[in-house]
Amino acid sequence: MSSLLPQLMLGLFNGACYALLSLGLAIIFGLLNVVNFAHGAFYMLGAFIGWGLLHYAGLGYWAALVIAPLVVGVLGVVLERTLLSRLYRLDPLYNLLLTFGLALILQGLFLAKFGSSGEIYDPPAALRGAWNLGFMILPIYRGWVMIVSVVVCLATWYVTERTKLGSYLRAATENAGLVQAFGINVPRMVTVTYGLGVALAAFAGVLAAPIFRVNPTMGDDMIIIVFAVVVIGGMGSIMGSIVTGFALGLVEGLTKVLYPPASSTVVFALMALVLLVRPAGLFGKAP
Amino acid sequence: MTARARPRRWRSEYTVFAVMTGALVVAPLVAYSGLLMTCMCMALFACAFNLLIGYVGLLSFGHAMFLGGAGYAAAHAAKVWELPPELAILFGTAVAAALGLVVGWLAIRRQGIYFAMITLGLAQMIYFVCSQAKFTHGEDAIQGVPRGVLFGVVDLANPAAMYGLVLVVFLVGFSIIYRVIHSPFGAVLTAIRENETRAVSLGYNTDHYKLIAFVISAALAGTAGATKALASQVASLTDVHWTMSGEVVLMTLIGGLGRFTGPVVGAFVVVCLEHYFAESSGWVNVAQGVVFVLCVLTFRQGMMGKLSAALRLPL
Repeated sequence: MSSLLPQLMLGLFNGACYALLSLGLAIIFGLLNVVNFAHGAFYMLGAFIGWGLLHYAGLGYWAALVIAPLVVGVLGVVLERTLLSRLYRLDPLYNLLLTFGLALILQGLFLAKFGSSGEIYDPPAALRGAWNLGFMILPIYRGWVMIVSVVVCLATWYVTERTKLGSYLRAATENAGLVQAFGINVPRMVTVTYGLGVALAAFAGVLAAPIFRVNPTMGDDMIIIVFAVVVIGGMGSIMGSIVTGFALGLVEGLTKVLYPPASSTVVFALMALVLLVRPAGLFGKAP
Repeated sequence: MTARARPRRWRSEYTVFAVMTGALVVAPLVAYSGLLMTCMCMALFACAFNLLIGYVGLLSFGHAMFLGGAGYAAAHAAKVWELPPELAILFGTAVAAALGLVVGWLAIRRQGIYFAMITLGLAQMIYFVCSQAKFTHGEDAIQGVPRGVLFGVVDLANPAAMYGLVLVVFLVGFSIIYRVIHSPFGAVLTAIRENETRAVSLGYNTDHYKLIAFVISAALAGTAGATKALASQVASLTDVHWTMSGEVVLMTLIGGLGRFTGPVVGAFVVVCLEHYFAESSGWVNVAQGVVFVLCVLTFRQGMMGKLSAALRLPL
C-alpha cells in the first residue's frame, strides 16, 4: 500500500482540475444555458500559452498564470459576442454544437502545428523539489496546485454566493428578463461570465502544464470526464461542482491503487449509478 | 396535411428512393467501390442517428459506441467464431441493440444537454473498455476479418458481391427508418420532439417511446458498424472514439436535421471530403470545426433542407 498516498495526492490534483473546470462550466451553464464544449480546448490553450510564453518570450510561470487566463478570457468575450450570442434564442443544442466546432478548430490548429506528442513545461524553481511530511513525500508543486485551486474555488463560491454581483448573477440565472427589467445590463453580465468561465479553464491549464505534457488533446480527455462530473454533481450549485470535482479525483486515484484497469472508467460507472439513484445529480434540483 | 396532398407526397418520395438506388447501383462504375461502401455504411449510421436528433429531439453524443461496438462484435464473430457473414451482422446488430437498451434506459432519465453529456460519458466508458479488452486487440485492432460466404452461396471475397450486400443492407436499413418515421409511432416521436409535456398529457408514456426509438437507432447504427467491419475487414478503435460520434453529428447537420435523405447526402459529403483531404492530421479537424460553426450559424436546414425548399419537394 506504499503507493496509496502518492496516488491519492495525484487523484486530488486531478480533482483540483476537475473542480476548476466544472466550476467554470457550471457558472456558464447557469447564466447562458450553454454547455461549453470548448471548455477543454480553452484549458489546452491555457497550457499552450503558458508554454509559449516561456518558449518564445522568456516569460515564466508566474507571468503565465496571469497572462494566459487574461488572453483566453478576452478570446472568450470576443467569441461570445460574435458567435454564441447569435444562438441564444434557439435550442441550446445549437450552442453545444457551435462550441464543439470551436473545440475542433482549436485542437486541430494545435495538432497541425505541434503534433500529438506534446511539449514539456517545467515548474518554476521555487516550486521544485518535495516536502517530506514524515508519512509521505509530497512534491511541492502538487501541494501548491492543491492550495491554489482550493483558494480559487472558494473565492468563486464567495463571489457568487455572498456578494451583490453574485446575487445579480444568481437572479439572472433564475429569470434574466426580470433582472433586466430592474435595470441591470444582463447581456454584458453574460459576456463577462463567459469570459471568466473560460479564464478559469485557462488557469487550470497553466496549473496542469508542469504535471502533464502540454499537448493538443489534453483538453478532450479532460472535458469528457468533467461532463461526467457535472452530471454527477448537478449543475445547480457552485459548491456542488467543487466538492464533486475533488471527490471524483480522489475516487479515481483510489481506483488506480485498488484496481488499475478500472481507473479510466470508474467516473463513468459512478455517473451511471448516480443516474439510477438520483437522476438530478447529487446537488441538483429535481427537474 | 390535407388528403389531397397525400398521394403526391408518396410519389415524390418513391422517386427519391428510386433515384438514390439507381445512382448507387451504377456508382461503382465511376468511383472506387471501397469508398462507396464506407459512404453507405456511414450513411446508414447517420440515418439511424438522425432518427433520434431529427425526430425525437434527442442529441446522442455517443453513437460511436454502437457503430464501433457492433463492428468489434461482428469482426470477432466472423474471425474467431467463424460465423457466416449474415449471422455476424445480425450478432453485431443484436449487441448494439442490447447496449442501446442499457444506455438508453440510463440516458433518457435526463433531457436536452444532459442527455448529450450522459451518452458521451457512457460512450467514453465503452471506448476505454474496448481499448483494454483482450478480444479487441487494443491499438492493433481486429484485422483481416474474413468476409465469408453469404447464406453459403455468395462468396463475398468478390468485390461486386460485397458491394451488393452493403447496398442491400443500406437500402433495407434506410427503408426501415423511413417506415418508422412515417408510422403512427413516428408521429408520436415527432409530438415528443415538439412538446413532450403535451404528449404526456395526451396519455403517451413518452419514456417508452424514447427508449424504443433509442434502441432502434442503436441497432441500426450497429448494423452499419457490423457491415462496415466486414466490408473493410477491420474493426478498430477509431470507430468507437468520440470523434466518430462528433462526425455523425456533422454529417446529419450538413445534410439536414430531420430530413430523411439529409444524413445520406451529409455522410457522402463528409466521407469523401475526408478521403480527398487525406490524412493531414489537424487540418481535417480544423475543416470539420469550421463547417460545424458555419452550419450552426447560417445553414441550419442543411443541404437537403435548402434543396427541399427550393424544389418544393419533401426530401
